[in-house]
Amino acid sequence: MALSKEQIAQRIAQEVKNGYYVNLGIGIPTLVANFVREDIEVEFQSENGVLGMGPFPYEGEEDPDLINAGKQTITALKGASFFDSAISFSMIRGQHVDLTILGAMEVAQNGDIANWKIPGKMVKGMGGAMDLVASADNIIVAMMHTNRAGESKLLKKCSLPLTGVNCVKKIVTNLAVLSVENNSFRLLERAPGVSIEEIKEATEGDLIIDGDIPEMKF
Amino acid sequence: MITKTVANVEVACKGVTNGMTFMLGGFGLSGIPENCIAQLVSLNVKNVTCISNNAGVDDFGLGLLLQKRQIKKMISSYVGENAEFERQMLSGELEVELIPQGTLAQRCRAAQSGIPAFYTPAGYGTEVAEGKESREFNGKMHILEHAFKADFGFIKAWKGDTAGNLIFRGTARNFNPNMCGAAKITVAEVEELVPAGELDPNEIHIPGIFVQRIFQGAHYEKRIENLTVRKRD
Repeated sequence: MALSKEQIAQRIAQEVKNGYYVNLGIGIPTLVANFVREDIEVEFQSENGVLGMGPFPYEGEEDPDLINAGKQTITALKGASFFDSAISFSMIRGQHVDLTILGAMEVAQNGDIANWKIPGKMVKGMGGAMDLVASADNIIVAMMHTNRAGESKLLKKCSLPLTGVNCVKKIVTNLAVLSVENNSFRLLERAPGVSIEEIKEATEGDLIIDGDIPEMKF
Repeated sequence: MITKTVANVEVACKGVTNGMTFMLGGFGLSGIPENCIAQLVSLNVKNVTCISNNAGVDDFGLGLLLQKRQIKKMISSYVGENAEFERQMLSGELEVELIPQGTLAQRCRAAQSGIPAFYTPAGYGTEVAEGKESREFNGKMHILEHAFKADFGFIKAWKGDTAGNLIFRGTARNFNPNMCGAAKITVAEVEELVPAGELDPNEIHIPGIFVQRIFQGAHYEKRIENLTVRKRD
């Protein structure tokens, strides 16, 4: 069975290690915070100016001066800090953030990513994504394996305007966990019950399949 | 002590004319200079360029200026959530320059600090880099980005004093401190204006030297764009 968005987030949460500062993008990445093990110390950074972001507030406790990058109301945990946008991107560009998790419309087998513009159709802007992907060492893309039309989002080459080049290292989709290696996608894990054939079918880019590919564990 | 206080928003926005470039603080609707935006709407200045991370929503923030077709060009990092904006952009009525958020912040910061340009890796290899000088540092490619030039900066702070010192609150801080002193004239509106000496100098985020005019704003709506709450257990 292909994973739900929550399950994609749950699988990515396993990549979050003790002591990490983590930036979560909008969409599936935001859900990752719900699944991080409680026995490790992690701080979430939101690029609009908070480190130590907590869960959504209880009804009636929302504060217009306290939002995340998706403009949702949030809370701040003990030990949190607020800062301006320039300092925020010093954390990102200066590689002080350990892990970046973001969504994508397309990923190419050389690690290129496109997630900010569909010419003539959708132009919302890149927000902080270009800064994040240009600087982060450790980038995980969270996305569905195919788009709504059923076309692969893991491509030989991106067709949409790029957000960054040669930057994606790992991808977690509803079908598989893959890494970017030697200008190819290496299949690392399958979603429970999803066959290698299904993943091949849904992947336009070159796929390296070495030996037995284990199922994801939850 | 040099006094920066002006009586009201009308005086604070004196000198604003058609065709100017403005910087406006805020992220989404959080930390936007509500009073100054309302004044720009009532002054009906036209053909202005706005440097602001976002463009408001249809009926609030910079969306109010868009409704009246006052904006010629927007320089932003993210402009979703605004149908009128999208319509004007796709029809070509509105010129839009989308730039990476960290680059936007740093271009403000550079203008504030007297640094004409800087290199950043953000946008290398993308259409953002088109026409820009690029250079390799430590094995990685970077592009040259320039400091902004603006006529007025409109800042929203939480507290301020008559000397122009500012304190921000929560994530309403965002681009506001980076824009102080980055335009020819910086106008700060605050929720609470106190006499100089009442704020602890240790707690001040932006010293008054970066601010030319300060006033206490009225009737803050502080609208929440995306109210998200959880249920009590």
